[in-house]
Amino acid sequence: MNSPTRATMLLETPFHSRVADRCKINDWGNWMGYTTPNAYFDVELEYFSIRSTTGVFDLSPMNKYRIQGPDAEAYLNRMATRNISKIGINRVGYTVWCNDAGMVMDDGTIFRLGESDYRLCSYQRAIDWLLWCALGFDVTITDETEDLAALAVQGPTSCTSLTEMGLTDLNTLKPFGMRTYDFEGEKLMVSRTGFTGDLGYEVWVSPEKAETLWDQLFDAGKEYLIKPFGSYALDIARIETGFIQAGVDFVPAEEMVRPGRARSPFELGLSWLVDLEKPLFNGRTALLKEKAKGSRYRFAILNVDGNKPADHSFILKGDRQIGTVTSAAWCPTAKSNIAFAQLEMPEGSIGEEYVAEIYYQRELHWTRLLAPCKVIDGPIFNPKRRRQTPAIPH
Amino acid sequence: MTDFDAIIIGAGHNGLVCASYLAKAGKKVLVLESRAVPGGCAATHEFAPGFQVSSCAQWLYQLSPKVVSDLKLPQHGLAYAAEGLATIALDETGDHLRLQGDSASGGGVSIEDQKAYAVFRKKMRKYAKLMKTAYDTRPPKLVEHDFRDKMTFAKLGLGMKLLGKDDMSDLMRLILINIFDVMKETFGSSKLQAAIALDAVIGTPMGPRSPNTVFTYLHRFLGEVLGFEGATQVKGGMGTLGAALSNAATDLGAVVRCNTTVASIDKTHDRVTGVTLSSGECITAKLVVSSADPKTTFKSLLGYHHMEAGLVRRIEQIRFKSGTVKVHLALSGLPTFTGLDQSDLGQRLVIAPSLNALESAFNPLKYDESSERPVMDISMPTIHDPSLAPNGQHVLSAIVQYAPLNPKGGWEALRAPFMTAVIAELARYAPDIASLITAEELLTPADLAATFGMTGGNWHHGELTMDQVLMTRPATGISQYQTGIAGLYLCGAGSHPGGGLMGLAGRNSAQEIIRQGELA
Repeated sequence: MNSPTRATMLLETPFHSRVADRCKINDWGNWMGYTTPNAYFDVELEYFSIRSTTGVFDLSPMNKYRIQGPDAEAYLNRMATRNISKIGINRVGYTVWCNDAGMVMDDGTIFRLGESDYRLCSYQRAIDWLLWCALGFDVTITDETEDLAALAVQGPTSCTSLTEMGLTDLNTLKPFGMRTYDFEGEKLMVSRTGFTGDLGYEVWVSPEKAETLWDQLFDAGKEYLIKPFGSYALDIARIETGFIQAGVDFVPAEEMVRPGRARSPFELGLSWLVDLEKPLFNGRTALLKEKAKGSRYRFAILNVDGNKPADHSFILKGDRQIGTVTSAAWCPTAKSNIAFAQLEMPEGSIGEEYVAEIYYQRELHWTRLLAPCKVIDGPIFNPKRRRQTPAIPH
Repeated sequence: MTDFDAIIIGAGHNGLVCASYLAKAGKKVLVLESRAVPGGCAATHEFAPGFQVSSCAQWLYQLSPKVVSDLKLPQHGLAYAAEGLATIALDETGDHLRLQGDSASGGGVSIEDQKAYAVFRKKMRKYAKLMKTAYDTRPPKLVEHDFRDKMTFAKLGLGMKLLGKDDMSDLMRLILINIFDVMKETFGSSKLQAAIALDAVIGTPMGPRSPNTVFTYLHRFLGEVLGFEGATQVKGGMGTLGAALSNAATDLGAVVRCNTTVASIDKTHDRVTGVTLSSGECITAKLVVSSADPKTTFKSLLGYHHMEAGLVRRIEQIRFKSGTVKVHLALSGLPTFTGLDQSDLGQRLVIAPSLNALESAFNPLKYDESSERPVMDISMPTIHDPSLAPNGQHVLSAIVQYAPLNPKGGWEALRAPFMTAVIAELARYAPDIASLITAEELLTPADLAATFGMTGGNWHHGELTMDQVLMTRPATGISQYQTGIAGLYLCGAGSHPGGGLMGLAGRNSAQEIIRQGELA
């Protein structure tokens, strides 16, 4: 007798009826307990909707936490590595947060909704940690994950599609800015944020208005070739633009079992997010030490020869293994074969050349490919339209 | 330039011991105490006009002889009224059990049990010796591979080896189990089992069947390898020890300020810089060393918002429960205990009829209720030290188990009934006791918490359980008296090796501070 498997029923997002209708190939995955499409109709075409027209991604499963109260700013400054005081009202900041050992637990975005009112969006469930962090601070923490539905609307015609839907003057919204609009008798919040590295927005409404939002958006975007995209297409876009992902490019520190497997922000190429001038934040003491002593690893973006994605490859320097690949994809727009690697210090300086040891299979036949690769300076895809304000109409 | 090299928060015995060792090393030390007298739990107070009693701890049984001689405590006034006292487990019919050294007599204890008692104590002495190796130094950390820590591990490993194969494997078997099972497999006499088990649970929120109670027994037994052959009574009450420690510290050059409450520990970005008093006065020092319990130190004095969250979580998870009450009675004359010779009234008297009686007394504590039939450890200090009461009158002091910190309905509702239960229990053995009482005092866990600043009323500044000792005391990462916050050290019972009037936490901490060289 086999022992029964432990299965949990996956939840549906507020957009589910619309998503399911469009998910022609019926390829679903489990994203943090929600059933979400891996692909809707064709991964490459979905990807090209992000880069050429408008792509829509249901990001409702993202964990959303409201942080309010007189100590909200001090609380976030203690929790996150970057200086939260620099995030103005109606602005959004990307940050990571660490445990005491200075190891990254997760990354996410902080939306400043008011003077002492913030929303944190994280990939991982974080309520336990957020509540521990609240001891000694006058703040209230509310899990709003199920109270807010959200769509990422990304791509060169995204601004036009949304404007067409009624978000007047959206083109004046700056990157990492946010704004509210009246929508069907409620408030709709839109932020110029995203995970694709393109011009793009994230739109936030109550779950009750989710389907209406979807319908109106797809109507408005029809002329601009609006398409939904799934997590496979998103993965290509985020690799192309240099975004790391929790659970893929690093092990969330408090989930780590084996000592030494977690990574610090410095080791993930995120030193720009760490403000050691702040008097106190979780991990500061450890990060100061790391800064003095040197890190163990370096995050590197590699441009790999050929077109075989270097998934799970070893990186070799001569005969010596100096690192491993955490994410890899053939990136269609940049026409490059990109890999994120964790390299042992002091390896990984810009321009260094190594060999990626790639294994791939054709009809049960494994082939080993030694592909030369080179450390590049920053993401391969970083278009002007991502930053331009007013956003360029298409 | 700072006002002092080190500020010690709290003039409890560990604070004073730490201050003395630092002062002895030539450091400029200030000790701040919120109470009117130094000593902390080593205190004497007048609970009724003319009647003095040891406020908290009543017996001395594990004060480090090294501390006594290093600090020349006898020269500073420490004197004993009685030493090497027997433990007498009271019997309602008068057939009392007497434990003195390795001998057990009376109480219907069989020859086999008498022999087993000597063998048991011999084995416990071997284990306690090993424990002393660990207690005499900072707790070793597991992962840093520090040379000093490796030496400690080597010593402990060698000590384990020297126990011999049988005793070593028996220690591994015993250390995590409970005193109930050990008593059941070792002795036949229910009275003997209970008298020993009481020592395992006194001062803890545990019953004899609770895990960890073999460890707590060994912790208490440590005195046997430190040269105490039974309970010792300090002349003038435990406050004499507090005063002697304070005199020693002062004599070595430390400044002890009483009636001075620390409101907060001050911190800049990178280090602790001193303290602010409740008066508003700020005093600076290179180091602040807190003998307050870890929760008081970090939550109330430093503030969780000044710490990284992982440490906050670890502090918040420390368990501080208590089930211990102190009862003081002023007696107009000597009580008559059935079948007990008047000359034995000055011994250590215990009420612990059987293992099940102990367990039954403990059960209500789990539900924040108090024992119907409490168990206790009784001292009549006026027998050896008549100066503590008016002529011909006496004091009875008892450590009583079990009553909770926050009973359902509050202490105001429980105070009188619990006192009645205590006196009723005493009256089973000393029928005339009630008629002799002229004044009484009950110090609840809440009173002890408030008076002596002990979170939860826990005498050990954090329960002594296997998850809260050695490298996890008071919490992982801050076990070696350092806190991870530059300039802030711990020296109280919340740190290794824990509570009891031992003085080793204070001494080890001072040694560690000196070794770290921050005051060099």
